[in-house]
Amino acid sequence: MSPTKLTDLTIAEARDGLRAKSFSVQELAKAHLDAIETAAALNAYVLPTPERALEMAKASDARLGKGEGGALEGIPLGIKDLFCTKDVRTTACSHILGEFTPTYESTVSANLWAEGAVMLGKLNNDEFAMGSSNETSFFGPAINPWRREGSDAKLVPGGSSGGSSSAVAAHLCMGATATDTGGSIRQPAAITGTVGIKPTYGRCSRWGIVAFASSLDQAGPITRTVRDAAIMLKNMSSYDPKDTTSADVPVPDFEAAVGQGVKGLTIGIPKEYRVPGMAPEVEALWQQGIAWLKDAGAEIKEVSLPHTKYALPAYYIVAPAEASSNLARYDGVRYGLREPCADVTSMYENTREAGFGAEVKRRILIGTYVLSAGYYDAYYLKAQKVRTLIKQDFDQAFEGVDAILTPTTPGPAFAIGEKSGDPLDMYLNDIFTVTVNMAGLPGISVPAGSSSECTPLGLQLIGRAFDEETLFRAGQVIEDAAGPSAKPADWWSEAK
Amino acid sequence: MDAKTEKSNLIEGATGAWEMVIGLEVHAQVSSESKLFSGASTEFGGEPNSHVSLVDAAMPGMLPVINEGCIAQAIRTGLGLKAQINLTSVFDRKNYFYPDLPQGYQISQFKDPIVGEGEVIVDLLSGERVIVGIERLHLEQDAGKSLHDQHPQFSYVDLNRSGVALMEIVSRPDIRSSEQARAYVSKVRTILRYLGTCDGNMEEGSLRADVNVSVRRPGEELGTRCEIKNVNSIRFIGQAIEYEARRQIEILEDGGKIDQQTRLFDAKTGETRAMRSKEEAHDYRYFPDPDLLPLELSQEFVDGIAASLPELPDEKRARFIADYGLTPYDADVLVAERESVDYFEAVAKGRDAKQAANWVINELFGRLNKEGVNVVDSPVSADQLGSIVDLIKANTISGKIAKDVFDIAWTEGGDPAEIVEARGLKQVTDTGAIKKAVDDVIAANPEKVEQAKEKPAMVGWFVGQVMKATQGKASPQAVNELLKAKLGI
Repeated sequence: MSPTKLTDLTIAEARDGLRAKSFSVQELAKAHLDAIETAAALNAYVLPTPERALEMAKASDARLGKGEGGALEGIPLGIKDLFCTKDVRTTACSHILGEFTPTYESTVSANLWAEGAVMLGKLNNDEFAMGSSNETSFFGPAINPWRREGSDAKLVPGGSSGGSSSAVAAHLCMGATATDTGGSIRQPAAITGTVGIKPTYGRCSRWGIVAFASSLDQAGPITRTVRDAAIMLKNMSSYDPKDTTSADVPVPDFEAAVGQGVKGLTIGIPKEYRVPGMAPEVEALWQQGIAWLKDAGAEIKEVSLPHTKYALPAYYIVAPAEASSNLARYDGVRYGLREPCADVTSMYENTREAGFGAEVKRRILIGTYVLSAGYYDAYYLKAQKVRTLIKQDFDQAFEGVDAILTPTTPGPAFAIGEKSGDPLDMYLNDIFTVTVNMAGLPGISVPAGSSSECTPLGLQLIGRAFDEETLFRAGQVIEDAAGPSAKPADWWSEAK
Repeated sequence: MDAKTEKSNLIEGATGAWEMVIGLEVHAQVSSESKLFSGASTEFGGEPNSHVSLVDAAMPGMLPVINEGCIAQAIRTGLGLKAQINLTSVFDRKNYFYPDLPQGYQISQFKDPIVGEGEVIVDLLSGERVIVGIERLHLEQDAGKSLHDQHPQFSYVDLNRSGVALMEIVSRPDIRSSEQARAYVSKVRTILRYLGTCDGNMEEGSLRADVNVSVRRPGEELGTRCEIKNVNSIRFIGQAIEYEARRQIEILEDGGKIDQQTRLFDAKTGETRAMRSKEEAHDYRYFPDPDLLPLELSQEFVDGIAASLPELPDEKRARFIADYGLTPYDADVLVAERESVDYFEAVAKGRDAKQAANWVINELFGRLNKEGVNVVDSPVSADQLGSIVDLIKANTISGKIAKDVFDIAWTEGGDPAEIVEARGLKQVTDTGAIKKAVDDVIAANPEKVEQAKEKPAMVGWFVGQVMKATQGKASPQAVNELLKAKLGI
């Protein structure tokens, strides 16, 4: 098999190919490393780790040679730079972490390595995962491999997991880890034509993941197929005593759910998600999705999530509040950037001034404000009450339905710089996704069609807590109906 | 005048009497192997930064995990303070920047502490009894330590203490004098040490207090208070209160007004000085720590701890008075320290408790104090002292000889019975031998015999002579009786 072909395989196919010894892990890794090397234009990787990859691949080949190996044996993956990786620089794409190199490995990535996966490198993201376009990264934006028809304008790959979505869409890895605080897995997946699932809060350990908003952050995979997402999520998930918010529940074999179809399932359509300003093509896509699920045997039912309109404002209180506190540790005292100064207060000020980008500063300021004496009750406490109401909305809806179908984003990929001047416009990208984080539920985005500009669009399925299996069942139906996802035309590769 | 106002506690100012109102926040380090949210050791005195986990240093992506042992200790303490245990409590973040606070926030409990209202009975030397209300007890992390003397330009940070569990025990403003405050802190310390939840070591910083002081005219509304931070000895607590109350009275009597302030006590000068005003107070932006779920306790868990509670000083004191007939003073002396009471109870077990108390308080504590030795390091063990008491009881030795035996046991060691045997200190109860000594003394001192007949109190002189002749081994009682008979008095 030619090296270029190897990068076209899905995780499931590569798993079989490796077991059948059709190719080696080292060949598979090399094919991806070559692709990464020529794809600098996408800026998906902030730190490729070819030596580590080849070393891991070699060890993996040895295990396969002995008939051993884990569930992800030999599968080359990219790791979002929010995950701490032992002896590999981890920065959350912020200048403030400088050349910070952890002495420890995040639980999620450690789980993947324990199953034999191979690390290709660290992927770009919005600084501290704050953004919806990957434009806030200290390392510059990652670029969407998709372009509008007839245009060479650079489009954003979404965010914050923009490096993950770009790399998976451009076949620079077979799958990537990502994190989702308000939509950071699902939105980038939707606008790059990839699959992204944010599992139930507590499904994956947060230990070793640079924190943005602790009560909302959750890790998950971005892959090219629903099955691959199921395979990856299974191996990322675990109960972790080091994270007391991780859930001590069994992790099902998610892959077994893929292909079970939707017969007998009831899918809810929330009327409140028809927001003003939603592109007609997004509305059409939603209707198409409803029709596909109906055709496959699901019952469709309208549901009401009446507090939806409060979700985004409440999210932009809770998340910055937690972030303002979580980011206090980046003070120049123990690690990362330090701007030397005559006294400690100036050192703090100069370090944080130089180390944080504008969006991070904006959120720290918002968070500090909403937690301040005299404002706490009006903002933070009220937002938490909204959160409870949103949870109750979902609880009620799930009494009558098994999953809820919505668009993932209000529109397709936008151009670099198009929204970065208007934070509110940018925040609206999360309008369909934040409710899921606020309620701690699982949500998956599956490619479902194209925009009028011939760029990808996705549909989101929301499930009951710890019922990712239903999402994989329904996601697979949409994936099948939408047809095999196209690969973006390669405009980025440099001649070698 | 409210019920707690006692004339004796008032301070006379230039313009009349003032009353102090004092509330204390005692910070007690939880006795535990590891820190409140990490597995790092809590051992005192390690090399700087040798007891620091990734969590304590607030490395990126690190998460706190509640140490169940520390929770049990807080509950145990709450039960010892006769306080409400809250089955649901919440850990909050208290946000501020300081180099020895790696997270940029301290994990503490703000709105929903683990322990609610309780009370502490404080008995003063005067016999006065004060009941001090406990408002709450909450758990929080200690900070690290900034070292300013290591480098000409830089300060260093030692994170060994960072994350160590502290209990903050907040009293109601029920205290009215520095003496009460000192007695309250020592009582709390005693209770903690009985419970084994804090070693109470103030030199090592295991126990320190923030002292809130205000003054008012008796019966009037509460005055504006000042908080004196981090006072680390019971004596200093007393000094700080006295100084601060005088300072406030002077200001008020000069027509001034008290600014709400945080102040520091300077042990060298015995004065307090302003640290920051109310306007400069931090806005700590408390909010529930999203890394930790609310702490839910089962009633069974609490009941299990309650069942394992030792007898506490108040109960012991009452029992000593009622069952042993000890005076309240002696009972207080004995129960003040857990080690002392353990020693006493070992001596008293199966013996006359009153006599045991006399020996422990007068001989043992007297000697320990004189030589500056702690009771746990006493050269004379409870077994040894018990056997001395037994020897007296059995009339084997007199009380006077017993003191010698105690001294020998103290300086040279050894089993008291063997000491008595080996040195021939056994009391002579053989009346023949005593009779001979009595006869000899009478025969040698005819004029004294005459005098004694006139003045029977002279018998004491004869007793002394006989005891001298028998090297103190004669039973004083037998000598007395014989002499009286022979002298016909």
